[in-house]
Parts: sequence; C-alpha cells; structure tokens
Amino acid sequence: MELLERFKQGDVDAFEELFRHFQGEVYAWIVRIVRDPSVAEDLTIETFWRIHKSRARFDTRYAFGAWARRIATNLAIDHMRVRHSEEELVREPAVESADSALQMEIRENLQQAFRHLSPKLRAAATLALLEERSYEEIASAFGKPVGVIRTRVFRAVRQLRKELERLGLKP
Amino acid sequence: MKGENERIDDVKRLLRSSFLPMDTQLPRDLWPGMLKRMTAAPIALPWYDWALIALFAAWLLAVPQSILQLLYQF
Repeated sequence: MELLERFKQGDVDAFEELFRHFQGEVYAWIVRIVRDPSVAEDLTIETFWRIHKSRARFDTRYAFGAWARRIATNLAIDHMRVRHSEEELVREPAVESADSALQMEIRENLQQAFRHLSPKLRAAATLALLEERSYEEIASAFGKPVGVIRTRVFRAVRQLRKELERLGLKP
Repeated sequence: MKGENERIDDVKRLLRSSFLPMDTQLPRDLWPGMLKRMTAAPIALPWYDWALIALFAAWLLAVPQSILQLLYQF
C-alpha cells in the first residue's frame, strides 16, 4: 500500500516516514515567517500534530508538502497574532554596518514599524520581501489568490513608507 | 515620481539590510518531540474558557449581523 494511504489509515510508521521527510521543509517555512528558531520548532511539531489529527480528511491526490505548508502558515500567523496582541514582539539583533547615523535610524524605525504590521501583512511581506519567495509560492501556502498576496505586500510597503515619512525619514 | 515597483524595491532593500538572514536549517530531529506530543494527554479547557465560548455563541445568536462583520475581518 502506498505511503500516503497507510498514513491516512493511521499507520504510525507511515506518519513517521512523512514526518522525517518533511520536518526540515516545514521548519524552514515556519522559521522564515516567525523568525524565531525555538518557536519554529514548537510550531513544526504542532503542524504535524494537526496533520496527524486530520489525516482522514487528506486527499491523497494532492501533494502532502503543500498541505503541510498551508497548515504551517496558518499556525505561524495565529502565533504572530497572539504575540502581536500581547505586544511581545521579538527584537532582532541589529545588523552591523558602518552606515551613517541616518541610515541606522531608518533601519531601527523600519524594524519597529515592521514588527507592528498586522500578522497577515507581516507574514506576506516577510516572505516576499525579506525571503524573496515567489508570489505564487506564498499564495499557495496561504491558500489565497496571487492578487491577494500582492495586495498585502503592497499595503505593507505603503504602511512602512508612511511610518518612515511620519518620522521625517525618506526611504 | 517613483513607480510602485521602485517603491517596493526601495523598502525591500532597506528591509534586507535591517534584518539578519534566518538560518533555515533544522537544528535537530523533532521526531522525539512529536512522539511526546502524540502521547500527551489531550488538553482540557478550563471552565472560564467554556464560559467565554458560551458567551460568544450567545452573542452570535443575539446579534446575527455580527457574523458578517466577523467574516469581513478574515
């Protein structure tokens, strides 16, 4: 019997095989969004737990990896939502460079503004702008049309520029 | 006047110089943690969570228009 069929029927060995094959890919996707390795590890396990629980609904004609990535994306955004509302935003280490004080100020304010974007906008902008993933790939993981992702990235950029302009800084 | 693509590229450049690149390599095998999660007891909701859920359901029943507003937010 095929691996995915066995997994669907609750075979733990099949699930372990899928887990070992896809854990790296799922972790890499989540860590790109949440930008925190220990949170990404927890969310990877949570993703596979959800996969395991809803295995009966999995359609074996579809790609397992794409399904896992969609669940992982939703969990990562949910996590950002909770963290966003708790104002527990993680500060990333500053990038070392010999730039002018003005450039440093722009960067610090940009980081601050970026952390305050809504989770959906931040996730789309992180993947598209920071991680340079294609709009098609992001759209598939979000389960949305490409146009929606483009709009989210555009809105994120507009908000970031507005925030910098409000502070008197021109990007 | 800058075009939209140029503006996006400006912000992209700035963002990439403001955030360190993430290491996307999985640092360890997560299967032991997965096994632990699978054998852990299901999480029981405390009574106040059930009360909140009941309150929310009652609110949706009392003000059904709010369902549309909620859907709009998603």
